Amino acid sequence: MSDLLTHDTLRGGEAISLVLRRHQTLRLTDPSGRASVAGFFFRADAPLERYNMPDTLKAQYTAFLTAGRTLMSDMGHVLLSITGDTCGWHDTLSGHQDAADSRVKFGAGTYQAKRNDWHRNTRDNVLVELGKRELGARDLHANVNFFTKVVVDTDGSLRFVAGNSRPGAWVELRAEMPVLIVLSNTPHPLDPSTAYDPQPVELTIGQASPPAADDPCRLSRPECARAFMRTEALMQEGASC
Amino acid sequence: MLTALDPKAARLSATVLAGDGWSCALTRGETLRIVDSEGNQAVDTMFYDLHDAAERYDAVQTVRRSNRLYLTTGSTLVATSGAPLMTITADTCGRHDTIGGACSCESNQVRYSLDKRFMHSCRDTFLLELAKNGRGLTKRDISHNVNFFMNVPVTPDGGLKFDDGVSGPGRYVELRAERDVLVVVSNCPQLNNPCNGWNPTPVQMLVWATT
Repeated sequence: MSDLLTHDTLRGGEAISLVLRRHQTLRLTDPSGRASVAGFFFRADAPLERYNMPDTLKAQYTAFLTAGRTLMSDMGHVLLSITGDTCGWHDTLSGHQDAADSRVKFGAGTYQAKRNDWHRNTRDNVLVELGKRELGARDLHANVNFFTKVVVDTDGSLRFVAGNSRPGAWVELRAEMPVLIVLSNTPHPLDPSTAYDPQPVELTIGQASPPAADDPCRLSRPECARAFMRTEALMQEGASC
Repeated sequence: MLTALDPKAARLSATVLAGDGWSCALTRGETLRIVDSEGNQAVDTMFYDLHDAAERYDAVQTVRRSNRLYLTTGSTLVATSGAPLMTITADTCGRHDTIGGACSCESNQVRYSLDKRFMHSCRDTFLLELAKNGRGLTKRDISHNVNFFMNVPVTPDGGLKFDDGVSGPGRYVELRAERDVLVVVSNCPQLNNPCNGWNPTPVQMLVWATT
């Protein structure tokens, strides 16, 4: 169990960036059952190292994320472990929406017209948060879409599966090194709905124990065990790999 | 799908040995052909807007906008902004991967064993190629890539498979530059899985000027 440190609500359309210290947890909760949250991840003290979608998927022979799996960096380390998940499927393949996509789907939705209910899009949200930390477009990579499910049919076509989440569903991430997390609570790019209606999401930061020798994320695959070994070696003072 | 382009009329023809890098600036309208000379050779390839490196090939945008996970004739390879960089105009292989990424000495340690660090990898090739081509690109600019002649299917239940062997000797893919594009290639040296048939081999690059 994690000890509660802070609790916050991410409104529909809103973005946030935060740093998890090693072994802190972030729980995302979907009160409405209709959430989709885009997540981007970087090693906080050296953000040239970042979440790598292909390395994460290849090492775990999976196209989606759920409990027991890890988010790996491009340097063969574990950024985050998924320590709990009552949703079951988080999309890794679909990317995110930019201003042009959003305008086509939802209409302009300007600040001038809508004030703080304006139509924020994922790309612009993320560029703002990255800009606060001297990062930018060059640092963008594939993102995770929490609470949403996209399946690939045998011909390679993508299909958005409605109703993947449910009210109260949550997913919990444990940082295995200091991790910069950028979240944007903005519509999933493949959600067919043309109503701009992102729902609030709850964020809870807690403190977990270091992963034990029999931690389920460590043991889920030999690839994960090796990634944990490399990460723990990196985190030891004076060591590097 | 076949093509009518004559290799004798190409403005550039280069052999890229297994484990080597290659980069080339293409002018809008030019055609690049990549030939899998001996068959079953993965060619890891990145694309950048020649004049704005932040505008670079984006696999997830490409997949989502085409609604196809696999690339073949007619696929448009788009940049992070969604702007077209390249269009596949001919393809005698039939299917190319873009979610499998590029091997690295770090990911080889995770995927295979910790003693694989010494082995050559695509991302080392990319880093050297970027360092040498004088455009100021660095690791920060290494993003997504296409794996020409590789097959990494996703199953309907979300599993990831590595089903190599879709290509063969002499198969090729052609791409038209939709703007001025920098192409950066690693002719994959991976020996830990069958993506190169356990025997990495040379590939041929041909470029035809705009007619």
